[in-house]
Amino acid sequence: MDAAVRELSYAQAIQEAMAIAMDMDDRVFLMGEDIGVYGGAFQVTGDLVERYGTDRVIDTPISELGGAGVAVGAAVTGMRPIFEFQFSDFATLGMEQIVNQAAKMRFMLGGEVSVPVVMRFPAGSGTGAAAQHSQSLEAWLGHVPGLKVIQPATPHDAKGMLLAAVADPDPVMIFEHKLLYKMKGHVPEGHYTVPIGKAEVRREGRDLTIVATSVMVHKALDAASALEGEGIDIEVVDLRTIRPIDRQTIIDSVKKTSRLLCVYEAVKTLGIGAEVSALVAESEAFDYLDAPIVRLGGAETPIPYNPDLEKATVPQVPDIIAAARDLVKGVR
Amino acid sequence: MAGASKAVVDSRANLPFVYRQYSPEQLRQVLHTMYLIRRFEEGAEECYMRGLIHGTMHLSIGQEASAMGICMPLAEDDQITSTHRGHGHCIAKGAEVSRMFAEFFGKTTGYCKGRGGSMHIADVAKGNLGANGIVAGGIPIAVGAALSSKMMKTGKVVVSFFGDGANNEGAFHEALNMAAIWKLPVIFVCENNGYGMSTSTARSTAVKNIAERAAAYSMPGVIVNGNIFSEVAEASFKAVERARAGEGPTLIESKTYRHRGHSKSDRNRYRTKEEIEDWMANRDPITLFETELRDFGFIDDRGIQAIRDAVAKEIADGIEFAKASPAPEIATLGNYVYTEQA
Ligand SMILES: Cc1ncc(C[n+]2csc(CCOP(=O)(O)OP(=O)(O)O)c2C)c(N)n1
Ligand SMILES: [Mg+2]
Repeated sequence: MDAAVRELSYAQAIQEAMAIAMDMDDRVFLMGEDIGVYGGAFQVTGDLVERYGTDRVIDTPISELGGAGVAVGAAVTGMRPIFEFQFSDFATLGMEQIVNQAAKMRFMLGGEVSVPVVMRFPAGSGTGAAAQHSQSLEAWLGHVPGLKVIQPATPHDAKGMLLAAVADPDPVMIFEHKLLYKMKGHVPEGHYTVPIGKAEVRREGRDLTIVATSVMVHKALDAASALEGEGIDIEVVDLRTIRPIDRQTIIDSVKKTSRLLCVYEAVKTLGIGAEVSALVAESEAFDYLDAPIVRLGGAETPIPYNPDLEKATVPQVPDIIAAARDLVKGVR
Repeated sequence: MAGASKAVVDSRANLPFVYRQYSPEQLRQVLHTMYLIRRFEEGAEECYMRGLIHGTMHLSIGQEASAMGICMPLAEDDQITSTHRGHGHCIAKGAEVSRMFAEFFGKTTGYCKGRGGSMHIADVAKGNLGANGIVAGGIPIAVGAALSSKMMKTGKVVVSFFGDGANNEGAFHEALNMAAIWKLPVIFVCENNGYGMSTSTARSTAVKNIAERAAAYSMPGVIVNGNIFSEVAEASFKAVERARAGEGPTLIESKTYRHRGHSKSDRNRYRTKEEIEDWMANRDPITLFETELRDFGFIDDRGIQAIRDAVAKEIADGIEFAKASPAPEIATLGNYVYTEQA
């Protein structure tokens, strides 16, 4: 197949990245619950156990805290583990090791060690999995210095950012939206990296900047296409990394469009939208604003089971269209 | 610490394990290190009282034989994870007291460049991956280090020290289970000093002996008198041999006692004065070992005095080194959060 147009799903892209990482470096190995013969809850590891064996694709017991700690310990002592949480919600069980150990070990020890661990978190709603299997907790981890937190939105970035994460000397937390796993897109063959800490302008526009994360990038792009016919020209910034956040790309975009809408799936309050809004308000872009900043985030509720309620919990394309239109037209 | 030496000398055949296993010189060195731990703790306590050290600290006075006995059979590149009560482990694994004092004083010459303090004291070069402010936090990390050892075939053995309080944390159970199913070269050392802060093991723990919990994870559970150096070292020696042979983990329960309060804020309301005095007078690990060494003819009073004098000087010099060392520049606050990249 022509390499230039080769398409893979987001899940396949991650799997390919993990295989490349293992081929390139003997120190890389995978750990997680049911990632071996089962292939992972979302089939991300798939058949990797057949190629790399049970010594490098390690099924752990159902032990998130212990498992995360084992990954941290292995990372500190020379290995390069990629640890899969079965659902991002279970980060709550591993929080001790992530927040108190992985994030702080280098600092506490005065730079004597690095913690090159990668942790993967299938995240988000939309699968009917209800309140304990649908959360978006990336901002929890984004609040912790010492961690890097990324949310690739495309198969291309999922592969490139995972390879960047494996090469990174510090702990990198990858939030993968479950609705993206089946999404297909162009993925180059072989090894390449997409830098951590760099946002990407997915669509250029003059009237409004939408800063979106993960699956919301695609919804924002759909909304932008829909508004084209109304003569509204939207710029969509895919944040990609929430720590360290790419301030400059956001500021530059807002200076150009003079309007800002933040769209993210996690609960609206005290989240990424607050951070993006505040960094713009604190910057020279503030003087360029023609309208108040608007945030579209998740409702202040747990994720409900009922599919209509579930949809209503997080921003959908019509919500983005309405908010964008109102912002550009000056409706308050 | 020192590796096992060869000869089983005939005349020592009936003596306890360490006297058969190690040379007189090595054993005198053990006494030296046990004194070093004791005097370090006393020195740190005094500096704290005089306001030279801030924060809090957890002293291991009374637990020296446990730290020393466990570390005795370890090679220099074997690794440990330690606890909030970790000064003794650090010294037993070979750290210099001067750099430990410097850390407590918050100086750049400290093991963690003043970022860690007492509760995060580490000495990575000597295999100490660090004390921990989180009860049971180091246990899964030790299992991970042991996984590295197995995968990288380095032959390293990893020891995880923790207290009796830690055995009721989930991390303990998850970590022991994984170490057992993967047969990792790790030794779990529960230093049972009878209390987690104010709560006695009788009130906190459903089993009488924490070593019994090993059965749940199909590993040997060994109980030792943690105040008798030879007993601890023998158990550790066997566990190290087992780990190095690829036979998997061991849980050692080292029964001991802390003479001081839990931390600097402790008013000792949960135990009696009589209990404390009994342990100090009748089961002090240094007195026990020193007496044995003298009785068996491995040292005389002059030799003991020479050790005490040398240790006193080492401690005084260490404190001077710490005092004279530079403090970190405020501008370096952001250092070591992430790995510096070219
Ligand atoms: C997860 C956690 N819970 C509670 C504490 C507070 N704390 C610090 S030490 C300690 C007692 C620990 O007892 P034990 O494990 O027996 O160790 P010891 O102090 O006796 O050496 C407690 C409750 C903590 N640091 N971490
Ligand atoms: Mg205790």
